[in-house]
Amino acid sequence: MSNYFPILLILVIAVGMAAVLLVLSRLAGRNRPTKEKLAPYECGVEPVGTARERQSVKFYLVAMAFLLFDIETVFLVPWAVVFPGLLNDPAMKQLFYVEMMLFIVVLFVGLVYVWRKGILDWNR
Amino acid sequence: MTNLLIEWIIKTLVILFILVTAVAYLTFLERKVMSWIQLRIGPNRVGPWGLLQPLADGLKMVFKEDIVPTEANKLLYIAAPALSLIPALMTFIVIPYGSRVWGIELHVTRMDVGLLYIFALTSLGVYGIALAGWSSNNKYSLMGGLRSSAQMISYELAFGLSIVSVVLYSGSLDLVTIVEKQSGWVGHLGWNLFSLPMIPVFAVFVTAALAECNRTPFDLPEAESELVAGYHTEYSSMKFVMFQMAEYLNLITSTSITTTLFLGGWNGPFVGRYPLLGLFYFVGKVLFLILVAMWIRFTVPRFRYDQLMRFGWTVLLPVSIVNVVITATWVMFRN
Repeated sequence: MSNYFPILLILVIAVGMAAVLLVLSRLAGRNRPTKEKLAPYECGVEPVGTARERQSVKFYLVAMAFLLFDIETVFLVPWAVVFPGLLNDPAMKQLFYVEMMLFIVVLFVGLVYVWRKGILDWNR
Repeated sequence: MTNLLIEWIIKTLVILFILVTAVAYLTFLERKVMSWIQLRIGPNRVGPWGLLQPLADGLKMVFKEDIVPTEANKLLYIAAPALSLIPALMTFIVIPYGSRVWGIELHVTRMDVGLLYIFALTSLGVYGIALAGWSSNNKYSLMGGLRSSAQMISYELAFGLSIVSVVLYSGSLDLVTIVEKQSGWVGHLGWNLFSLPMIPVFAVFVTAALAECNRTPFDLPEAESELVAGYHTEYSSMKFVMFQMAEYLNLITSTSITTTLFLGGWNGPFVGRYPLLGLFYFVGKVLFLILVAMWIRFTVPRFRYDQLMRFGWTVLLPVSIVNVVITATWVMFRN
């Protein structure tokens, strides 16, 4: 467990470094704000409208599919760690292999379904 | 225990120092390589051959005005650069830089979940970019942030599945074990890249890794020719520097991981007899991959982001699923 301690160590150092950099930019730089300088940058033209309007996110459904597939990828990782260790046991080896191949087939069928439904097609 | 603690602190600080210097000089190297490819000379005024350019740039950036736009969401606007820098800094403690030299292991720590740890942290990087894009309240930034999330959901699956294939092949998530398994005859024929099922995995992984660190042809979140500077349009001074640092740190992480997983990490000829050589092999391989990434950047045009999404879902993802099946079958019948 103690091998995990450096994560905490580097987290503290990284947060400290980020904080120092943020403060540094506040302190070292000059600070003479004007109204134009603080306006949103639009290539020098007066800003038109706001950026807080609603926007059509075309990949919304893809994002949903992504969540599902990502979770299924997470299921694959523990199997991938355990499987090479089981190679000396023929029965377990075959069980693990066949079970996971079935799972991957389901995953693949899911992908084909998403694809055929046209979720990946932007001009639907 | 205290000895171990001191060892960890010293190693972490040394690695961070090297990394920050490396990042500064990577910006210089990138400008030099760019100018050589474009038949220019590049920065050559500050110091001999322009070698002090990064220092001058750093000093200049520190004394620039720090602008927070009036309409920005202040808290998120300030937190976003930190959110992208912190995970980028944290990945390096599990990467093995070499074997044992003078009684010192050349890695900060080894964990049973090293690869998962890196995967988790690199995925966090997208939050900084997406939040920066939204909180700036600027249309270009918003587009950059949106594209960044679009990009993440297109390559992340292929990236994860390639890692699954490597784990299957090596039987461990611990990077040190993965590297040690690749030491073969004269120290290089054992590389994962040289085994048949790993070649397509390598191709998918490198593509996904390029997308991971927002490099051309996948630099959609910044796309300077369309979106000004993308998600960091409104950022100036050290906040801008933090985004740049995060970007180059991600480049170093991706190339180091590629080296570790496929190119044998620190393995090379005579590394058994002279362990210090391992460090040079590792740095050399990483530098080679970085130069390739730069070469790609100045050669290949950018994807459109629906093209990227279609590419990720209809090419990379099926290929990487098939790769997992092939690797599993290979491992099953290897002996």
